[in-house]
Amino acid sequence: MLLGPSLAVSAVLFTLGVAGVLLRRNAIVIFMCVELMLNAVNLTFVALAQQLGVAGQIFVFFVMAVAAAEAGVGLAIMLAIYRHRHTVNLQSINLLKG
Amino acid sequence: MPALPLSLLWVVPALPLVGFVVNGTLALTRPTAKRVVSLVGVGTLVLAFAAAGMAVAELARQHPTVPLVFRYWEWMPAGDLQVSFALQLDQLAAVMILVVTGVGALIHVFSIGYMHEDPGYARYFAYLNLFVFFMLTLVLGANFPVMFVGWEGVGLCSYLLIGFWFNDKVNADAGKKAFIVNRIGDFGFLVAMFLIFTRFGSLDFETVFAKAPGALVPGGAVVTAMTLFLFLGCTGKSAQIPLYIWLPDAMQGPTPVSALIHAATMVTAGVYLVARCGVLFALSPLGSAVVAGIGALTALFAATIALKQWDIKRVLAYSTVSQLGYMFVGVGTGAYAAGMFHLVTHAFFKALLFLGSGSVIHAMHQAYAATQTHEDAQDMRNMGGLARHLPWTAALMWIATLAIAGIPPFAGFFSKDEILGAAFAEATVRPLWYAFWGMGLAAALLTAFYMTRLMLYTFHGPNRTGEREREHLHEAPPVMTGPLVVLGVLTLFGGALNIPHLFGGNAFLEHWLEPVTGVAHRLRPALEVAAATEWTLVAGAVLVAVLGIVGALRLLKPEALVPARLAPPETGLARLLWKKWYVDELYDAIIVRPVLWLSREVLWKIVDARIVDGLLVNGTAAASRAVGWLGSRLQTGEVGVYVVLFVIGVLAVVRAAVR
Repeated sequence: MLLGPSLAVSAVLFTLGVAGVLLRRNAIVIFMCVELMLNAVNLTFVALAQQLGVAGQIFVFFVMAVAAAEAGVGLAIMLAIYRHRHTVNLQSINLLKG
Repeated sequence: MPALPLSLLWVVPALPLVGFVVNGTLALTRPTAKRVVSLVGVGTLVLAFAAAGMAVAELARQHPTVPLVFRYWEWMPAGDLQVSFALQLDQLAAVMILVVTGVGALIHVFSIGYMHEDPGYARYFAYLNLFVFFMLTLVLGANFPVMFVGWEGVGLCSYLLIGFWFNDKVNADAGKKAFIVNRIGDFGFLVAMFLIFTRFGSLDFETVFAKAPGALVPGGAVVTAMTLFLFLGCTGKSAQIPLYIWLPDAMQGPTPVSALIHAATMVTAGVYLVARCGVLFALSPLGSAVVAGIGALTALFAATIALKQWDIKRVLAYSTVSQLGYMFVGVGTGAYAAGMFHLVTHAFFKALLFLGSGSVIHAMHQAYAATQTHEDAQDMRNMGGLARHLPWTAALMWIATLAIAGIPPFAGFFSKDEILGAAFAEATVRPLWYAFWGMGLAAALLTAFYMTRLMLYTFHGPNRTGEREREHLHEAPPVMTGPLVVLGVLTLFGGALNIPHLFGGNAFLEHWLEPVTGVAHRLRPALEVAAATEWTLVAGAVLVAVLGIVGALRLLKPEALVPARLAPPETGLARLLWKKWYVDELYDAIIVRPVLWLSREVLWKIVDARIVDGLLVNGTAAASRAVGWLGSRLQTGEVGVYVVLFVIGVLAVVRAAVR
């Protein structure tokens, strides 16, 4: 039941997320793209849970919880960076250059 | 009193070692305690002499035909190599320990007077005691390694004592020269030891000399190589051509040191070594010929240099080199007893000459010190007429001069005559020895000449020291003249030790040494000449000696001499001799300078600075830095790049997992 289209949508979403992470410079946008990837994975879990049992649905809750925590921490880091450097453009944040 | 067991032989070398430890401690803690230092320094030597005397007396009672070996502990047990710390006493070692401790004790006594004002008094006696310890180890060692310890140890003490007044660079340089030249000889000794070990599997004298006649081809390459390398060691230690150059410079040390180390004992170690290894040398005619030839050449060559030296000690130094040459003619000819006999008599009269010159220098030094004059206290041109001021020294040194010139019945006459006689007898079979005999005779003429010259310029004629200085010249204290008198008596009667059968004597020393030299003599029988020939030889030798003395008395004019600072430079042949045939300059040009150049320009500036420092050390560092730089190019610090790499990595992993 709608397994094929669900996985297709999930794949499109995931690819969009990866492309965003690779191509965008703004840390906030990259962050949102990461969330997009997580949710694409969530969609896959839910879709496959129809056939493979309830474990997939439970996993989705874990992923959401972790994603929320990650969002909190990530946004806090970004705020801190912004306070110091007045930018969140990743190209200008390269202190670890060898 | 019951005889003490001979296994207590270790006491003999141990006593001076105790002296060294005590005096060395005092030198570091209380250098002003001169009374204690003298007591310990001289006391241990006198006790060692007494112990040596007792040991030799016991040896004489038993008179064994094989050496008495005492093993104390296993020293180097390593596979096939078994070396124990062992001492051995035989008739040859007995002669040596008596000379070393006896003459050593006299010179220690003399040093009390000579070094009394020196701030390094305790250090001096510590070194001197250490020297005697090593010298005794050398002569008592029962195998090559133990002997080598003594051999190296006396070299060390020689270095320390030549550079005793190391504040003057020239003294420190002389010490270094002695040490480096000796190391060249030591290399020969070591190679000979390796050869002997590979051939015999043992380094004990007993085993090696017992196996040698059966295991070696007489005149073969192996035994010749062994003897030649051993003799290279001897040329270093005993100052023979080509390594004699260090000995005249060694006169920079205190005069008693010159008497003990650089005349009486240490420099005779080479003669002792050849006599000890007589079996090996008897098996190698070429090796023996080289020993005798180098000895004869050195005897003549050094005597010519001694003719024109002005420093009183340098004359004696070249005289020592020359007399050592005589000893090598003796042992190289197979006349081991004659060589050892000359070693003993030479120890007496040369120690007397050196201590006498020490007494002269002491007087001159005090005279100059009293008037605050800075003149050379050792230059004979500043002396003259000293017999009036130092009658004892003059008389005793005349005795020694007659002895070294070979005038009967003084000690040197018998020993020198025996060596020349043995060389002549050998020449009846091997004509080459006629040349050695001739050189020895010519050297005898020169010896008589230069020694008379020394006496004439030092003690006779007008005094050239200076008007004010003259009244400060006086004889040395009894502590210094005492040993001179004892040595004078020994010089007078030392010849009695081995009066040949020709003069109705019983050749005591020769018979005494028989158990040691017997094997070598069986391999190489001693040759005899007719009594009439021998008498002719003796007459010839005495004639030559008298000729030398009379010649010097007639030709030399002490009245014509002027003090050193006014003297005109030498010219012609005199300059050549005064400059010692320019041998030092020659060595400097062909060895020292090239070695220094090689060290500086190649080994330092290229090998060390470029290859070791540049290529190896800094090159390794540069290589790691380059690898690090390449690695660091990946670390752009940009998150985007990391993510790209991360994605590529994930894709690769997925790809691998799916396949």
